[in-house]
Amino acid sequence: MMRVLPWIYLSAMFCFIYLPVAALVLFSFQGGGLPVPPFDGPSLRWYGEVLVDDDLLAALAASLGVALGSSAVAVSLGFLAAYGLARFVLPGAAMIRALLIVPMTVSYLIVGLGLLIVIQRLGLPLSLLTAGIGHTVINLPLAFAIIYASMGAQQQSAERAARDLGASEADVLRLVTVPMLAPAILAAFFLSVTLSWDEFIIAFLLTRFDVTLPVEIWSMLRSGLSPRLNAIGSVVFLVSVAAVILAELLVLRRRG
Amino acid sequence: MTAVRSDAMGWGFVAPALLWTLAFFVLPFAVMGAMSLATLDGRELVWGLSLSNYAELAERAYLRRAVIVSLEITLTVTALSVLLAYPLAWIIAFRVPPRWQRLALLLAILPFWTSYVVRSYAWLLVLAREGWVNEALLMLGLIAEPVTLANTRLATVTGFVHFFVMLLTLTIYANLVQLSPNYRRAAMDLGASAFQTFRHVILPLTLPGIVTGAFLTFVLCIGDYVTPQILGGNTELTVPQVIMVQLGRRADFPLASALAIVLMGLVTLAYLAGARWLRVDRL
Repeated sequence: MMRVLPWIYLSAMFCFIYLPVAALVLFSFQGGGLPVPPFDGPSLRWYGEVLVDDDLLAALAASLGVALGSSAVAVSLGFLAAYGLARFVLPGAAMIRALLIVPMTVSYLIVGLGLLIVIQRLGLPLSLLTAGIGHTVINLPLAFAIIYASMGAQQQSAERAARDLGASEADVLRLVTVPMLAPAILAAFFLSVTLSWDEFIIAFLLTRFDVTLPVEIWSMLRSGLSPRLNAIGSVVFLVSVAAVILAELLVLRRRG
Repeated sequence: MTAVRSDAMGWGFVAPALLWTLAFFVLPFAVMGAMSLATLDGRELVWGLSLSNYAELAERAYLRRAVIVSLEITLTVTALSVLLAYPLAWIIAFRVPPRWQRLALLLAILPFWTSYVVRSYAWLLVLAREGWVNEALLMLGLIAEPVTLANTRLATVTGFVHFFVMLLTLTIYANLVQLSPNYRRAAMDLGASAFQTFRHVILPLTLPGIVTGAFLTFVLCIGDYVTPQILGGNTELTVPQVIMVQLGRRADFPLASALAIVLMGLVTLAYLAGARWLRVDRL
């Protein structure tokens, strides 16, 4: 009994963890109009409906744009800051590190609310750009932390060698540091993409007419359960998982 | 260290991220703080140093109630998640063969990477009157007819626990595999039973990891609007839900800001409660 108990527990927990995912994906292939048992598929009907829904497709494109854009900015800023803090002796370095990390410990709702108040006070319009700025705020600490943690001594020796051989600071960065740190930079990028892609509350507060996919799904929820929601939800899940697995493979390759 | 290189250049690298954080995080946060001390005169915003929003929080029963509901849900979720995740992390770390561990861990946390919105919706499917849980309960003869599971606190807690079990499994696993097996062997050699080894050796050594994970759970759970809004229905509201009500229906930014500051205060209290064991650098 004591031998099989751990395996029973493991199986039970995996069932619990995958229960909602299974319901989401299975009933996205439902034939009828309600995503509940009995299953009467498989049918691609609802994926077909998603493909011809202009609002959903626009939201999907907006989400991708915001995710890629905010992640690119976050990773660029995070990389430069990590390089500056790892390679130069700056007064107050510990405080700067803390300041760059601290947005990670604040609720997204509060980050979004603060930005919303400032944007409204300045009389600026809400748009995908403002949502992208919000997503960069939450992704920058993560990108900085991941890249800073991977800046080790062996890259520093290579950088010094390149500099001794006459490379300019820009050449050192471009030809030595970035290629050596590529796995960490890409891992940070894909994790940022996932977080932004999945993020709801900041995007909800900081967009108005053009919205991201989670916000569009949110407004679809008001009309109740539908296999169409399952289909688009499955797509969202698949994209997130693909980005995480890419990040995981990159980290694995670095360690291997 | 390359001391010959100028500080000015270092500042040049740090400046963009620093300015971004100051402009889009620190400044908005400060403005929100100031906003919590402002008041509304009709629809007109009056800046000032008034504590009337905080006084309103203390007076109005439904605002006080939201703080209590948020704390009850968050503490329940944190405790349940730790209790469920610890054995799972343990089994993956010590029972699953090493070559399968990384895969088992990856699989155990894969659904973590789903939008709050999609994940909550998926639980709505499972907990619906016609959903799988009701079907299973009917089949087992535990209930005579379908029961309402969605739009209850139980549903909110289930959705949250699902999410945080994955997060905590990851953090606790990371702690367990860092322990040298020698500690366990030494305890066993000295005659400790499996339970005594756990109670007096493993548990104290993994406590910092548990507390760090629990703190993270607390922060994310108490600040989430989506899960209680989709799964909990409207019978009781959490603090984030009340904040959104103030923003949406009433456009009462001062009161919403004060509520946000209270939310930060609760997180700070949780931090202080666990500060002895917390390793924030490991987040």
